[in-house]
Amino acid sequence: MIPAAVGYVRADSAEAAVAALGEHGDEAKLLAGGQSLIPLMRLRLARPSVLVDMGRAEDLRGISVDGDTVSIGALTSHSALEHSVELAAACPLLAHVASQVGDPAVRHRGTLGGSLAHADPASDLPAAVLALGGTLVATGPGGSREIAASDFFTGFLESALASDEVLTTVHLPVSTGGWAYQKFNRRAQDWAIVGVAVAEGGAGVSLVNMGSTPLRAAAVEAAVAGGAGASDAAAVAADGTEPPTDNNADGAYREHLVRVLTERALVAAGA
Amino acid sequence: MTITETPFAGGIVGEARLRKEDPALLTGEAKFIDDLDLPGALWVACVRSPHAHARINGVDTSEALAVDGVVAAYSGEDLADTWVAPLPCAWPVTDDMNNPAHFPVAQGKANYAGDIVAVVVATSRYAAADGLEGVVVDYEPLDAVVSIEDAESDRVVIHEDLGTNVSYEWPLIPDPEGVDAAFEAATHHITETYVHQRLIPAPMEPRGVAVVPAPHNGDMTLYSSTQIPHVLKVMAALTLGVPEQKLRVIAPSVGGGFGCKLNVYAEEILCMALAQRHGVPVRWTESRTEAAGSTIQGRAQRQTIELAADADGKLTAVRATLLADMGAYLQLVAPGVPLLGAFLYHGLYDVPLYSFTCKSVFTNLTPTDAYRGAGRPEATYAIERGMDALAVAVGVGADEIRSRNFIPTEKFPYDSPAGLVFDSGNYQPALDRAKELIGWDARMAEQAERRAAGSTTHLGIGISTYVEMCGLAPSRVLASLNYGAGGWESATVRVLPTCKVQVVTGATPHGQGHETCWSMIVADRLGVDPDDVEVLHSDTAISPLGMDTYGSRSLSVGGTAIWMATEKVVEKAATIAAHMLEANPEDLELTGGVFSVKGSPDAEVPLAGVAFAAFTAHDLPDGVEPNLQAQVTWDPPNFTFPFGAHIAVVEIDEVTGAVDLIDYAACDDCGNQINPMIVEGQIHGGIVQGVAQALWEEAVYDEDGQCRSANLADYLVPSAAECIDMKLDHTVTPSPTNPMGVKGIGEAGTIASTPAVMNAVVNALRPLGVTGMAMPASPMTVRRAIEAAGGGAS
Ligand SMILES: Cc1cc2nc3c(=O)[nH]c(=O)nc-3n(C[C@H](O)[C@H](O)[C@H](O)COP(=O)(O)OP(=O)(O)OC[C@H]3O[C@@H](n4cnc5c(N)ncnc54)[C@H](O)[C@@H]3O)c2cc1C
Repeated sequence: MIPAAVGYVRADSAEAAVAALGEHGDEAKLLAGGQSLIPLMRLRLARPSVLVDMGRAEDLRGISVDGDTVSIGALTSHSALEHSVELAAACPLLAHVASQVGDPAVRHRGTLGGSLAHADPASDLPAAVLALGGTLVATGPGGSREIAASDFFTGFLESALASDEVLTTVHLPVSTGGWAYQKFNRRAQDWAIVGVAVAEGGAGVSLVNMGSTPLRAAAVEAAVAGGAGASDAAAVAADGTEPPTDNNADGAYREHLVRVLTERALVAAGA
Repeated sequence: MTITETPFAGGIVGEARLRKEDPALLTGEAKFIDDLDLPGALWVACVRSPHAHARINGVDTSEALAVDGVVAAYSGEDLADTWVAPLPCAWPVTDDMNNPAHFPVAQGKANYAGDIVAVVVATSRYAAADGLEGVVVDYEPLDAVVSIEDAESDRVVIHEDLGTNVSYEWPLIPDPEGVDAAFEAATHHITETYVHQRLIPAPMEPRGVAVVPAPHNGDMTLYSSTQIPHVLKVMAALTLGVPEQKLRVIAPSVGGGFGCKLNVYAEEILCMALAQRHGVPVRWTESRTEAAGSTIQGRAQRQTIELAADADGKLTAVRATLLADMGAYLQLVAPGVPLLGAFLYHGLYDVPLYSFTCKSVFTNLTPTDAYRGAGRPEATYAIERGMDALAVAVGVGADEIRSRNFIPTEKFPYDSPAGLVFDSGNYQPALDRAKELIGWDARMAEQAERRAAGSTTHLGIGISTYVEMCGLAPSRVLASLNYGAGGWESATVRVLPTCKVQVVTGATPHGQGHETCWSMIVADRLGVDPDDVEVLHSDTAISPLGMDTYGSRSLSVGGTAIWMATEKVVEKAATIAAHMLEANPEDLELTGGVFSVKGSPDAEVPLAGVAFAAFTAHDLPDGVEPNLQAQVTWDPPNFTFPFGAHIAVVEIDEVTGAVDLIDYAACDDCGNQINPMIVEGQIHGGIVQGVAQALWEEAVYDEDGQCRSANLADYLVPSAAECIDMKLDHTVTPSPTNPMGVKGIGEAGTIASTPAVMNAVVNALRPLGVTGMAMPASPMTVRRAIEAAGGGAS
């Protein structure tokens, strides 16, 4: 598949990326790991006028833990999350979820910021960040603002980011309570048919591929908070979801799966 | 028959030698089509119909022509005068077979999504792709025929001039009354219907074509990522009217084929025509998504198998009835694909009475054709799934029902009820060995324990034994099947003056390792280093005669030709050596590269000395021509019939429906092995490809005939992560059909593994009332089957 002609500029810092977006307008697109954007361009489903390549923006890369908060640069790769010793200690759910994304080649290139900004309901990392109650930092021409993960995903492949904003940092609370990630797929490298992330013994529960956005399973969280056991809490996992139909699963099967996987995840997380 | 008979004495054949081919492939030195550097070449891009069935009311290329870099754009009408004949179908299986005219670019109507309706020629691949967007086609969408049942009903007739969607009906019923009587008398009458979903062949390298015309003398070189440069040369000459002697076809490094490159494709003929027209090189490289529509697909048939058996489960008759999907047009050998299985629906069982009928229909989908195993996986699937159903009806084990019915070893060569002669076989030891490898008794005990404990993780154990016919093929048998070509193979062995060896083969490797194996065969006999043997192939200027590679034929046909040419060279060398040693040729033996006189150890001359003497020709015996070379064309007297037993073990999560393949054992018999490592590689890959049909792969089409699995995220080709360690062993029952005693092994794994896995899946779920399962056994399909049977914990 051959993409349409596209302009290219390099932005080697967050500031340069914001400036480049300002300069090249609405049709410009940030390029992080390219693992979602490039396939869309090759199918000509995306036709940006200019690619703003952040690949060498070192200030957007890295993981740090400060007190109760983990801060991760948007350009940090899935592979870096997967192999980070700090993250394994401070937020093992995220490190584990990162290890479940695609295959090694995808994990080396793909980035946390790209995965969040792309806002694919079938992606793994957005669900983890939702379950963990993360906060996203968006930087635009007027400065930075914080967006709660639960407000970030606004529609299918749509986020609260404005077209002139760069997602720069993700803040997460240190989270070492019971956690689990159940990813159900047919081949190791595939997206989840359904996925369920559980943080802090069920205080945070989120669902993958059960609607047009990554979803927080509020009913399950409430049931757990109210003292329900895993099985009872999982029974409401499909409530309010509108799961898609594709080759692998129709909506009814996804609803069945999400209940099964939620129960398994809650049990694994000690709920 | 002796089980260990081998004609090889050189100590090289039988070694697990690393492949000669691999350094170039692994370092990226090997050149595939898209790596060719062709300065000044124009790129072709194809406008493909987005509709499965539509009338083409007009093609406007004017906007495309305005795109920077676009040189030309053509509709089907623009090129209509270019073709001397439609694209070829070389296997008109019946005299009255319906074969719609199929041109490289559709005229008037598009008959599947992917049918080429116009082409753009441009100075770069990018400009050609941009040009595609400028071609405006006025389509009038028509109702699409997607299912074979709908096709058979003729609700919509795709090719109006034919008046029907049926291409042909082909029966093979030697004794119809006998079969009927056997079914009437049977204690057990099993009737099962199975569907083989469409599969998308996914070689690592999609197709590609490059054509280089020589402007002054009409010569033309066609490069194609093909399995069949020799066949292609003949067919391309006929289709385009290019004089065959002016045409050279080269298959450069080819990244796999699995049958999908055993064809003559629109793009090959199209690029030749455009190169002729523009007088410069023209090229096209297929993209993966494009391949999902433009390259042939495999399987696609519904089969009903009936088994008649006595009270002990001994088979008395087998009846198979097929409805096969040809797709929109007949590609090169498509009509014959179901017939390659037609003789094997009784498997490796001794059955006196046999009936087979196949009806093939057109649909508005991508054409089908040969895909690894071609007809034989389908046949094996039907009989092996059926045998499991029979075992249940009779109340014996899946192993026992097979043992009761195996063709007894003393009956070989076996006259099959379908009219073939099975060359050699010894089936029970293969099954015994496979059971041993898998730990049959322990697995059965484990299954019983889990069932007793009420586990929701079910263990399933599935057997598939198989025999297949391969090594295409005796030309006379092909003639009796109306096949449009022969089944011989050609070889030249040439010992050069310095005693290095050149081997020319008409077999065309695309990943198999012919260079390694052929050089081992020659080196073993001549006593030279295999690295000193160069195997030349895949270029019709170097290897002008050949029938190429498919149907597990290369070794048993092409390798035999190599063997025979080597023998001829040895014979001639012995004549010269005898002259040099003043001895009788009959008294000479060649060992370790040295001719010596039997009984007088001092009288010897090395092959190198003979080769040089043959080159100088200063003192050759009277009537002996200079040089050491021989050419042989071998037409085998029969197919070869490899066989084996495979056992799969699966675990099924009743709650989600997920199937996990956890263990696999196989004992295969391909006669004598040249390089056991290559045999093992073929079996590994074959097994995974067959498991893929059972568990993952399916070309999904919606009711409009749109492919919903056109990329590798949606079309589930398994990766290394899905593979498990397999426990492999073999028995050796040499074929009497060829002097090396070899049989084919390229397709065996694929043939056996699909039914082994599906039998395991059904075996796991029988306690829940499940008696059948559609392929692929996806989690949702399995869960639904459990629910439909009234069970399933949630
Ligand atoms: C074969 C394959 C398998 C995959 N499997 C999975 C899987 O199993 N699970 C899964 O979750 N994902 C999977 N992915 C997707 C992968 O995780 C991607 O890396 C991820 O979705 C996007 O990250 P990226 O860095 O590649 O973003 P890009 O492709 O570079 O960008 C994606 C989008 O986000 C925007 N963007 C990127 N960075 C920023 C930023 N900092 N601020 C604002 N906007 C930004 C881009 O402009 C673009 O619109 C797979 C991808 C492939 C190719």
